[in-house]
Amino acid sequence: MAQAISPPPEVVREDGPARGGDSSDAAGLGRVRAAVFVAPALLLIAVFLVFPALWVLYLGLTNYRLTGVAAAEPQFVGLDNFIEAITTPAFWNSTWLTVEFVLGSAVIGQAVLGFTIAWMMRDRRGPLKRAVEGLVILAWILPSAIVAFLWVALLDRDGGTLNAVLGIPGFAWLLDHPMLSIIIFNTWRGTAFSMMLYGAALGNVPPSHLESARLAGASGWQQLRDVVFPHIRGHILTNLLLISLWTFNDFGPFLLTAGGPDGRSEVLAVHVYKVALQAGELGHGAAVSTVILLINLVVAVFYLRLLRSKK
Amino acid sequence: MALRKRSMGVVAVITATGLGLAACGQSSGGGGDAIELTITQNSIQGGKNANTAEHIADWVIPQFEAAQKAKGKNVTVKFVPSGVDDEQYKTKLSLDLKSGKGADVIDIDGIWAGEFAEAGYIKPLSEVVGPEADSWDGWAQIPEAVQQMAAFNDKRYALPVGTDGRVLYYNKTLFAKAGLPADWQPAGWQEILDAGAKLKSSGVPVPIQINAGTAMGEATSMQGVLPLLAGAGGEVQQDGKWTGASQPLKDALGLYQKIYGGGLGDPKLQQEAKGRDKSFQQFAEGKIGILMEGDYFWRGVVNPKDGVAPMADRDQVVGYAMIPAIEPGKGIRGQDFVSMSGGALRTVNPNSEHPKEAFELLAFTLSPEALKEETKDGNVRITPRTDVNKEILAGEPLLTYISEKVLPVTAYRPPVAVYPQVSVALQEATAAVVGGTAPDQAAADYQKKLEGIVGGAGNITTP
Repeated sequence: MAQAISPPPEVVREDGPARGGDSSDAAGLGRVRAAVFVAPALLLIAVFLVFPALWVLYLGLTNYRLTGVAAAEPQFVGLDNFIEAITTPAFWNSTWLTVEFVLGSAVIGQAVLGFTIAWMMRDRRGPLKRAVEGLVILAWILPSAIVAFLWVALLDRDGGTLNAVLGIPGFAWLLDHPMLSIIIFNTWRGTAFSMMLYGAALGNVPPSHLESARLAGASGWQQLRDVVFPHIRGHILTNLLLISLWTFNDFGPFLLTAGGPDGRSEVLAVHVYKVALQAGELGHGAAVSTVILLINLVVAVFYLRLLRSKK
Repeated sequence: MALRKRSMGVVAVITATGLGLAACGQSSGGGGDAIELTITQNSIQGGKNANTAEHIADWVIPQFEAAQKAKGKNVTVKFVPSGVDDEQYKTKLSLDLKSGKGADVIDIDGIWAGEFAEAGYIKPLSEVVGPEADSWDGWAQIPEAVQQMAAFNDKRYALPVGTDGRVLYYNKTLFAKAGLPADWQPAGWQEILDAGAKLKSSGVPVPIQINAGTAMGEATSMQGVLPLLAGAGGEVQQDGKWTGASQPLKDALGLYQKIYGGGLGDPKLQQEAKGRDKSFQQFAEGKIGILMEGDYFWRGVVNPKDGVAPMADRDQVVGYAMIPAIEPGKGIRGQDFVSMSGGALRTVNPNSEHPKEAFELLAFTLSPEALKEETKDGNVRITPRTDVNKEILAGEPLLTYISEKVLPVTAYRPPVAVYPQVSVALQEATAAVVGGTAPDQAAADYQKKLEGIVGGAGNITTP
């Protein structure tokens, strides 16, 4: 995902003052040699990003299946898959659940929690800071399969740790509150990135500005609003862009709930997996993937415009 | 500068990887006279179907390698284990086969044969292997109905690995506490519900477990809605037409409603991602009174030796009864009792570089010696071969019961490529009823989905 979204900012930059031609040729390579140097990178992008995207677009126009006759001889079916994809209630259900998932776990959960931890830890040194950061980062770097196993063990209805601690055996977290479960899970899992990014960003806020604000009698909230946020606006938007897109395409919830019960936690990434690989409808799945790609683009453009409007 | 350096690094790494891969491809391709074979099944030592995995690794492979060596061939065999849900195994297998890879000898569920064959993932054995496949001496020992499972459009695509049947298991200890007989045999559905009510009042947490919902996949169809449908006198497909919202389907869904809406079953268990495994665990712990399952449950789940939920006192505690029709004489073909049967197939991957040797390995796993070795020490199952079955089933009460009483009344799923999609629609209908939808509504929704799957209302019989 990081690869997929890194090109746009560069485009934005080159659009600006770089119109002049020779004046931008700082390395003195000349057009041809520069092209030769860029070619391998462009080739990689073409092979691993552009071609798969076009291929998915093409597959979406066929009735390609994982098994059966249509696996051997797929037929061109035009826009049928796209129409089917966006007229199925399951797709809109998944889209809505994904929006909930992104807003709940990324924008509110990870970004707010990450900032809060970074803000509270900004002036601290010593074991407490190291312990907090260590634990948060640990949640981030553990392999998914292990993390999923731990969380299933925590939330299980019959033998789960949480129910044992709370003294409510038989409370089915993953069945009665599937979305809440995966939102909290993903917040816990991904907060480290926001915490580290904001931690670094807060280091850039000039202490003298905060000092002046304090002397002028600004409250904690006023300091944040008027001094800190303007300084780290770019970081906030970049962070939100990255974690929104990551969360949007995150397959992690599948490991906890498998999209269930009865599709109540079937976010789009899980929906595609179920349609394309479990039900074997690769063409239909490709159409859904294309729609997801478009939504991703819209989200990315939205954030990038916000980022640019700073100037 | 930094950026450029990094991308050069990436290129270097990728180029190096590419060279490495190319080198790998060459070395494995030009391996002289040593032949490497792989065999895969959804079984794994210490986990799912552990005994068959051990049998392949500890007996089949060394014996086969030794036999080949005696013929002057240098053959090594590798077992590729797997221990996941059948649906996931199917996905993995189809992706392997689609990309021209996969083990040389593969196990598939009989019901996947149609769609795999249509996709070209498996091919008629006579094409892949040659005439040896049809002249295999085992065919004479395999009953016609079992042979049919391995055939598609009248061509043999695989060798059958065995067959099975479904019964109602019950816990005799719980039955005794509830005042129910130790040799229980319900004559109709009402008797199952009555027993469930008695179990409930005696304090059994889950009186009845009949699989429902999509999380259990094909287990919902085979150990749930299909036997019930057969018991109500219905079939999913009859004379080439699919059955819509028929009365038998409404009856079957109605029983689900009585069980899960009436507190006789645990609706949540049907929704959980690992619900079926949990139902096994709960039966073994004495929390479930009555459970509809196949003979796999007896052999692979509560088997005291190496089941996934072993019961040391299985032979004393676990009782079994035939699945009754809704009322005597109201089942399919006017039967009093019903069952569903399926079975695994084993075939040679058309992508195999050594199809002849792969078929030798395949045939060897289904030779009388191999089957007797596999089924000894309490691991008896119904093999495809009548000569072997005669010998091994003698000492095994449940499997004798299944082969003598259940198999004569059993039914098979329609062997067509579209069946798995129909099956999912049936599972969704049961999920809806467990979730509170009325059976008539769920049946109507099923019919609507069915129309989309089988190509219009013209292929459906409506009541």
